Amino acid sequence: MRQPPVDYIERTREQYASLGYPPYQWVRNQEPSTLVIPTKPMHEWRVGLIASGGIYVAGQIAFHFRDDISYREIAFETPTDRIRTTHFAYDLTDSRRDPNVVFPLDTLRGLVRDGTVGELPTHAYTFMGGIYSARKVRDVLAPALVTRLLQDEVDVALMVPV
Amino acid sequence: MVYLDFPLGHTAGRAHDVQSQRAVVVAALRLLEESRQPGSTTKLRQRWSEDDAWKDGVMRPKLNVDRGGGFDDDRVERFATPQYQESEDAALVTGNCPTCVWLEE
Repeated sequence: MRQPPVDYIERTREQYASLGYPPYQWVRNQEPSTLVIPTKPMHEWRVGLIASGGIYVAGQIAFHFRDDISYREIAFETPTDRIRTTHFAYDLTDSRRDPNVVFPLDTLRGLVRDGTVGELPTHAYTFMGGIYSARKVRDVLAPALVTRLLQDEVDVALMVPV
Repeated sequence: MVYLDFPLGHTAGRAHDVQSQRAVVVAALRLLEESRQPGSTTKLRQRWSEDDAWKDGVMRPKLNVDRGGGFDDDRVERFATPQYQESEDAALVTGNCPTCVWLEE
């Protein structure tokens, strides 16, 4: 049977209540983000990538699960079989079989190869989602990632949440 | 924003399905190309399965009858130490990981 999308906000509320916790404080952004219209055509874009699915490369220190606001640089040329995923809030079965489900590395490399987009910067950036402190994300992590994307001179960036 | 009605952990498409993955990323790029409103959303048509029964169990706490009707907390514990996918990964780390960026809180 067809069902509407999962109402995660409502279910989180119910889950917290059933476990005896006070309600989860969802972030509400009052202002819409600024719209920047790319000036170049898509086939000339340099496309940045940020993903929050707890992705790291074998050889890097993995994320931890308690408000980890660090991030990882991952070279776009990294072989896919070196990509790892770690997270407390989603089923990792598929991301460990095929990291592209949360970190579209092969997908983007394919789009460069067939000319859909222009190129990729040297690195993608990954972090751990599920950070309780919205302030740390807003004031520390997000500005640090924006700085990196600006240094990389990307035309657009994809953010892949989980 | 591109919305894909899949279980968590499949934001960028279905595993080992290049067509599905490509469709998600291309939809996001097209939206960036065509948006004229901040916060524009595209809803993708891909369906996870023929029926949506997978949605029934998402974040539904299970009643624990043995514990007198309380609910089980089935969430993963928030460990404060690195959580490696493979236990061997910990031994592969050299030095203080130059590509790991620690931020001052």
